[in-house]
Amino acid sequence: MSKAKTSNGLMQKLGPLFGLLLIVVIISIMSPNFLTTDNIFNVLRQVSISALIAFGMTFVILTGGIDLSVGSTLALTGAVAASLLAGGTDPFIAMGVALMLGLILGAINGVIIAKGKVAPFIATLATMTIYRGLTLVYTDGKPISGLGDHLAFQMFGKGYFFGIPVPVVTMLVTFFVLYFILRKTTFGRRVYAIGGNAEAARLSGINVDRTTIAVYALTGMLAAMAALILTSRLNSAQPTAGQSYELDAIAAVVLGGTSLTGGRGWIVGTLIGALIIGVLNNGLNLIGVSSFFQQVVKGLVILFAVLIDRKKAA
Amino acid sequence: MIEMSGIQKAFNGNVVLKDVQFQLADGEIHALMGENGAGKSTMMKILTGIYERDNGVIKVDGEEVHFKSPKEAEAKGIAVIHQELNILPDLTVAENLFLGNEQTIGMGIMKNKEMNKEAQRILSQLGLDIDVRMPAGALSVGKQQIIEIAKAMETKANVIIMDEPTAALTDREIQTLFKTIRKLQSEGVSFVYISHRMEEIFAICDRITILRDGEYVGVRTIKDTTFDEIVQMMVGRELGERFPGRTAAIGDVKLEVKGLTRPGLCEDIHFSVRKGEIVALAGLMGAGRTEVAQAIFGYRKMTKGELFIDGNAVKINNPREAKKRGIGFVTEDRKTQGLVVDFSIKENIAMANFNKTSKSGIIRGSKEKSFVGKLVEKLGVKTPSAELPAKSLSGGNQQKVVIAKWLGIEPEILILDEPTRGVDIGAKKEIYQIMNDLAEQGVAILMISSELPEVIGMSDRVLVMHEGKITGEVAGDDMTQEKIMHYATGGDKVVQSQNF
Repeated sequence: MSKAKTSNGLMQKLGPLFGLLLIVVIISIMSPNFLTTDNIFNVLRQVSISALIAFGMTFVILTGGIDLSVGSTLALTGAVAASLLAGGTDPFIAMGVALMLGLILGAINGVIIAKGKVAPFIATLATMTIYRGLTLVYTDGKPISGLGDHLAFQMFGKGYFFGIPVPVVTMLVTFFVLYFILRKTTFGRRVYAIGGNAEAARLSGINVDRTTIAVYALTGMLAAMAALILTSRLNSAQPTAGQSYELDAIAAVVLGGTSLTGGRGWIVGTLIGALIIGVLNNGLNLIGVSSFFQQVVKGLVILFAVLIDRKKAA
Repeated sequence: MIEMSGIQKAFNGNVVLKDVQFQLADGEIHALMGENGAGKSTMMKILTGIYERDNGVIKVDGEEVHFKSPKEAEAKGIAVIHQELNILPDLTVAENLFLGNEQTIGMGIMKNKEMNKEAQRILSQLGLDIDVRMPAGALSVGKQQIIEIAKAMETKANVIIMDEPTAALTDREIQTLFKTIRKLQSEGVSFVYISHRMEEIFAICDRITILRDGEYVGVRTIKDTTFDEIVQMMVGRELGERFPGRTAAIGDVKLEVKGLTRPGLCEDIHFSVRKGEIVALAGLMGAGRTEVAQAIFGYRKMTKGELFIDGNAVKINNPREAKKRGIGFVTEDRKTQGLVVDFSIKENIAMANFNKTSKSGIIRGSKEKSFVGKLVEKLGVKTPSAELPAKSLSGGNQQKVVIAKWLGIEPEILILDEPTRGVDIGAKKEIYQIMNDLAEQGVAILMISSELPEVIGMSDRVLVMHEGKITGEVAGDDMTQEKIMHYATGGDKVVQSQNF
């Protein structure tokens, strides 16, 4: 009986992968342009941005929380990096500052949630507005361009590494590091424990507050990483960048089978979930579905996937 | 009136009930007993239509039935009161009572006045005189339970199934509950009473059916049987002494508590526990015992008071610091405080022991496995693999996992809060044995328990709390149920009312 259970669990975990393959097959039948190297790289480059944010969101959701502020964090950190570069700052310093800023913005979320005991939804709803407002104040509502042509920074969004787009490499390396953290480190175990039963975790001597703050800080930093890729690709920073990215990230996490109540899920699923959303965006464009109708299709896919998941769980 | 015979049930080829029978007569209180996993709950779920039987016959009033859902069972007058009560705390008592069954003048407009009046009448019949307009959450668990019974009566139930009804009740509340049950019995209502508490079954039940490993063992009339016979039927072997003997040498004072105070919860608590000693903290539910333990463990702040370990004053601000000082805390409620139920047995045990299973933050798989394996074996957790989720275990084995987690830190002081609640009789004895072994190794043990036989059987000394204060201490031959109850109900301060 236990054997049947584990294989059942594996089936459930691999469900999203079958879903992804199904979508890929359908789209490549309907559009011959889909399965070309150029297009695949294009999809992956787009996915790398949303996946980085979704990875952070996975940690947050595993603790039983949510982070609505990632899109605003992306905009603010991107704007700061862009303005530094435009001012002639060394690209590595500019990138370092942006990542640090992301970390700090995330940590602020974590402190409000862990120490202020504010529900994550409310806390990050507030900081979402605050960070977006700060971006608008900082940029005066205008895009920042003229970032110069520093090779290192250009590479970050547009370069290739052994023929693979650098953002994809960045995303994959980050993925493996985060996978290792969740599976093999005490930090990862604490993340699951807090989402599974925060009280039991605290009573077992786990520093719940510190872990929570670290999780949100990590998420902020990953949003900043995504901001750097986006800024490099566009060669400018938009004050309105990243709007509704938090929803795509949450959708990717949920599509990947991670439970919104926390404690259950895995980051591999999130990667697949981000790919599903990326492939859908790209594929629906190629097929020529109107951008208005695309949203309906995306929503339906998410709903369908979650309903199947519920059925299996029951 | 209810006759179940030849009941078979298997889940995924796993047979959980084999040819089980059960008869309930009119106006009878019938206990269903057996160790965890014996099949009691499955049996009742089949009766009420939650599960379908694979085989067998169920007759209600001589007529064969096939309930497809609890609703259908309810229509035939069979109601269930679950261990977890279905009370909505923010609704009033009356609103709870009529939930889903509201009286209206049509179009969903409710007759509140009439319902309040009716609720008042029903509850006072059951011996509960409260304002039905107050929120149900403000009532004690015991009173909420009586509201559940009233709800069952509203559906015209003539059979009420109660699953561990007294687990969260104080002794006084239990007496009220029993009065209510007897009153309804005299009106012809029958009860199926599922419980691990032998004393209660002998106090209230007429007959008892015993199951073991999914099989019917036998039925006895309470008048004509004994504790020992029932226990033997349940475990299928001689258990020997209920409380194993102990020969621990009691050493120096290990833990001393001076003037511990948490306003409104516990006040000016003084006591000490010696190495190798088991001290029980007895009292009624809500007397402040758990609150004392939480403060010692740093889980809740004490506003006043001092702690001494080995004679040195220590400050403990959180569970992490308590752990470092060698204190373990087996908490009262496994599901909400003790376990991450989705975690494997291994992950649960490792949760308090990262320092032993990891290096620089990275978990060492093989180290973790052997560390957990030793503890699982030491405590006799019955499972094919430590990789299985904790929720797959029975209550007794879950409790052993929680204890294993704390034995992992090699505690010098161990606090156990209701260590055997909801644990079957075989596992109970194993837990007692573990406690004795620890005491013999010199661990100072503080045990909170509401079960008086356990308090008396296991401890060297008993501290009794009442309304946040320690009202008495008994040891040796003075450890009698009467003495402890005397202090637990206020001691010399109040005149004992002898209505039970």
